[in-house]
Amino acid sequence: MAGKPVLHYFNGRGRMESIRWLFAAAGVEFEEKFVETPEDFEKLKNDGLLLFQQVPMVEMDGMKLVQSRAILNYIATKYNLYGKDVKERLLIDMYTEGMADLYEMFIQLTVTPPDQIDAKIALIKDRTKNRYLPAFEKVLKSHGQDYLVGNKLSKADILLTELLYTVEEFDASLLASFPLLQALKTRISNLPNVKKFLQPGGQRKPPTTAKMMEEARKLVKP
Amino acid sequence: MAGKPVLHDFNGRSRMESIRWLLAAAGVEFEEKFITCPEDLERLKNDGLLMFQQIPLVEMDGMKLVQSRAILNYIATKYNLYGKDMKERLLIDMYTEGILDLYEIVSRLPRTPPDQIDSKTALIRDRTKNRYFPVFEKVLKSHGQDYLVGNKLSRVDILLVELLYLVEEVDVSLLADFPLLQ
Repeated sequence: MAGKPVLHYFNGRGRMESIRWLFAAAGVEFEEKFVETPEDFEKLKNDGLLLFQQVPMVEMDGMKLVQSRAILNYIATKYNLYGKDVKERLLIDMYTEGMADLYEMFIQLTVTPPDQIDAKIALIKDRTKNRYLPAFEKVLKSHGQDYLVGNKLSKADILLTELLYTVEEFDASLLASFPLLQALKTRISNLPNVKKFLQPGGQRKPPTTAKMMEEARKLVKP
Repeated sequence: MAGKPVLHDFNGRSRMESIRWLLAAAGVEFEEKFITCPEDLERLKNDGLLMFQQIPLVEMDGMKLVQSRAILNYIATKYNLYGKDMKERLLIDMYTEGILDLYEIVSRLPRTPPDQIDSKTALIRDRTKNRYFPVFEKVLKSHGQDYLVGNKLSRVDILLVELLYLVEEVDVSLLADFPLLQ
C-alpha cells in the first residue's frame, strides 16, 4: 500500500539522525529529500506539509509526521521497539530523555560562541563522565542483560548507541571507564541492519560542523 | 496498595507544573515535598533517588520516576489520557511537542535578562499568533469536537489549557483571535 517512508530534512544529522538510526535498526528502508535551498523549505511550508513550519518531517503511512519525539515514539511502537508494557515504556522513556538531554548539549556546542566553547566542552565532559554514562552503565550492570530494558532490543539501546558514537567522536577517552556501554555499542553496531547503516554508503550522516549549522540556518531564515 | 504519588520539586513553577496539572485533571491526589535548601537536593542525590541527579522526581507505584516527559507519558497512559491507539497517540504527541516548544520559551521569559525581554516577548507573540495557536484552532475547527483528539479528554487538552493560561499572563490579547481555543 504505502511506499517507503520519506524523510525531509537538511543533509546533516541534527534532529533527524536519531530517526534514521531507529528506522535502520528496525530494518526499514527509507528515502530522503534534502532541504537544500530556502525555496525547498518555503515549498514544504506553502504546501502545508509542516504542522509547525519545521523540519524534521517524515511522510509515512499516509501521514506527515513532525516533532522528532512524536516520530520516534511512533516508529518505536510500530516496530516493537518500545517495550512490552507501560512499565518498560517508562524505563525506556526515562533513559531516552536523559540521553536526549546530553545529546542536546552536543547539538548546542555547534552554535556556542567561541568565547564560551571551552566552558561548554568542560561541562559536556563532566556530565558525560559523571552523570549520564554512569547511569546507563549501572542499568546494564544491575541486570547483566544485553539490552537496557526487558532483555530485548528497544529504542533505548539504539539511541544510546548513537549517543556513544557521538561521545566517541567528541572524546573517545570518555568511554574508557564504561566497559558494559562499550560492549553494548559493539553489539548493536554488529546487528546486520545497523552494520549496513554505519558502513560507507549507508545513510548515516557525518558529524555536524559549525559551518553546516550556518548553512542550515540560512535555509530557514535567508 | 501504594499511597499517593509524592512530587519532589522546588515550590514554584517548573517542569513539575505540567505533571501537577495532569494528575489533577486525572483526579489523582498527590503530596508534595518541596526542596527549600541545597541540602534537600543533596540528600535526594545521595540517597540515590535521582537517576540523573535532577528533579523533578515523582515517587509512585513503588518507583522513582524522573524526566518530565517520561513521567507525563506514564501518568497519561495509566489514567487513559493518551488516546485509544497508536494513531491517536501520534497526534497527541505531535500536538504536545508543539505545545512544549512554545511553553519552553514562554516559561523562560521571567528569567530573561532585561535587555532581551522585548525581543523575546516579540518572538513569543509571533510564534503564538502565527505558528502555534492557528494549528490548534484549526484542529478543533476541522472536527468540531470538544477535545483535540479522539473526541475524548486527553493529556494534550490539559497541557494546552495550561499553556493558554501562561500565554494569557504574558498578553491576554493573544487569545483574541482564537474562539475555539478560548
